[in-house]
Amino acid sequence: MNSTSPQHAHPDPEQTRSIVVLSGGMSDTSSSRMLADRLTQKTLDRLNGKGIPAAVSIIELRPLAANIAQAIVSGFPDPDLQAAIDRLAAADAVIATTPIYKAGISGLFKAFMDILDNDLLIAVPVVLAATGGSARHALVIDDQLRPLFAFMRTLTTPTSLFAAPEDWGDSALTTRIERAATELAAMVTTGIRAAITDDAWGKYQHTFAGNARPATAAPEVAFDTDLMRLATGGTLAARA
Amino acid sequence: MQFGIFSVSDITRNPVTGYTPSEAERIDATVKMAVKAEEVGLDVFAIGEHHNPPFFSSSPTTLLAHVAALTKRIILSTSVTLITTNDPVRIAEEYALAQHLAKGRLDLTLGRGNTVPVYPWFGKDIRQGLPLALENYNLLHRLWREDVVDWEGNFRTPLQGFTSTPRPLDDVPPFVWHGAIRTPEIAEQAAYYGNGFFANNILAPNFHFLPLVNLYRERFEHYGHGTKAQAIVGLGGQAYIAKRSQDALREFRPYFNEAPVYGHGAPLEYYAQQTPLSVGSPQQIIDKTLEFQEKFGDYQRQLWVMDHSGLPLAAVLDQLELLGGEVVPVLRKEMAARRSPDAADAPTHESLTKAKYGDAAPRQPRPNPNRGDNVTGTSPYQDSDAATPARYPLIG
Repeated sequence: MNSTSPQHAHPDPEQTRSIVVLSGGMSDTSSSRMLADRLTQKTLDRLNGKGIPAAVSIIELRPLAANIAQAIVSGFPDPDLQAAIDRLAAADAVIATTPIYKAGISGLFKAFMDILDNDLLIAVPVVLAATGGSARHALVIDDQLRPLFAFMRTLTTPTSLFAAPEDWGDSALTTRIERAATELAAMVTTGIRAAITDDAWGKYQHTFAGNARPATAAPEVAFDTDLMRLATGGTLAARA
Repeated sequence: MQFGIFSVSDITRNPVTGYTPSEAERIDATVKMAVKAEEVGLDVFAIGEHHNPPFFSSSPTTLLAHVAALTKRIILSTSVTLITTNDPVRIAEEYALAQHLAKGRLDLTLGRGNTVPVYPWFGKDIRQGLPLALENYNLLHRLWREDVVDWEGNFRTPLQGFTSTPRPLDDVPPFVWHGAIRTPEIAEQAAYYGNGFFANNILAPNFHFLPLVNLYRERFEHYGHGTKAQAIVGLGGQAYIAKRSQDALREFRPYFNEAPVYGHGAPLEYYAQQTPLSVGSPQQIIDKTLEFQEKFGDYQRQLWVMDHSGLPLAAVLDQLELLGGEVVPVLRKEMAARRSPDAADAPTHESLTKAKYGDAAPRQPRPNPNRGDNVTGTSPYQDSDAATPARYPLIG
């Protein structure tokens, strides 16, 4: 992982936005990564144009494949995988890209998503992207990635990106990349994630002492809940 | 500081010999382990509760009452008692009777249980697991402290004028530990009542449970039971000991590799490094356990699993010799030397009785003659206050 941690790399982390690329590509350089890189550059251009400093951090899943398998079996991530999770937890935006295998997203990509806390990416702006060997797989993004990121309660951009071999020679792909970059940059600029998590973080279900902790979120443990009242000798409202 | 062992009562094929003990053999072996635990100077023996093969311990109080009759000193406990699928009334009755038979050498650890089908087998719903645990304990707490309980909740039939019998030994309820690994509500309940909090310190990265233990300590202080440092904390663990560390790894590896919770995943060395699993020489086990004290703070109870994964009885008994002979005596000395003078001792029946009565004689409830019902309003016992009129439930 030749990337820097957004938590430590910037002199002023409050101002510098962290764009995290999550790439499930297998080769070096994979077409999935190439697609992500083009989108990343356009997004940075948009943000810089608005005077917003941003830094990019890349999480390549290929070198973490064994760590991911081990985490699924043993139930907890090792330090290398934990470092990747920590970077995702600090992301202001995510560009998620996977190859299409056997009419679906890469198993490695899904396996990585499976080990994340459910609340890790709440309200994070995300662009969904995939590459495939044929345009016939274009709907895999909407059929599989979009529900997965909806479960994670992310904010996906209206435009997602699919690149089949013929798309790499078609200027329409560039147009779509620019559109997605505009959408992502706009969501980062408005600070929509903070607007949601500042106010409503406590209203989502959380993993106690998990990896997700927006800096501005309310205290971790809420004591004014029905279950906490029950824990302290109170009663639950009668069930209907 | 108490040191002991706990077992989940699994009946697992020995991966070295291929031999699977019968239920009868494993039950006998577990009793021998418990007796041996006392013999080698350990303080606690705890057994789990399961309602499906390959486990045998469906009825922990039966086993513990038997062990109580075979031992003199060791404290008997559970790991855990299911506070979700058991009726809290039955828990109150069974553990109070076992407490009498054990002459007070009995406490219990409550847990929710994570085997999904067990809930419907007992007419419960795992999706209600947490409210079940919380509400059931609220009732259990009262059943052991009030002679007569009127109660209504969401999960069992209401009680009117109910007396749980026998009353706890000396009218001092068994000490309760609340076990949890991720649930702040359980830590909160333990803190609210001033009960113990037990984190099963295995199968997770080192010190993973620290935030939950710290939450319990803070809330224990918040509710006025003492300072954070005085909260009553227990930790689980698992150990395999040999004179030389390379022998420990070599001997334990075949069992680890086939263990249901460990096998076919990360290698033994990875677990021994990343998690609280303690495999090595007596000195290595001592060093690792002292780190628990350093990070979690002074605590009151350390239990290890020593009989897991098909390890044969003879090997388990050898392990207990090493634990009781070479590890625990050093830990007692070292932990005491590092211990803050403020830290509380683990509660026992003697200490709880002393706290309740001082030097006075403990209450010994003697029932009045049977009136054919339990609806007494004040108390069905001879020491009830005759000046207090009975309150009967209103009907209609």
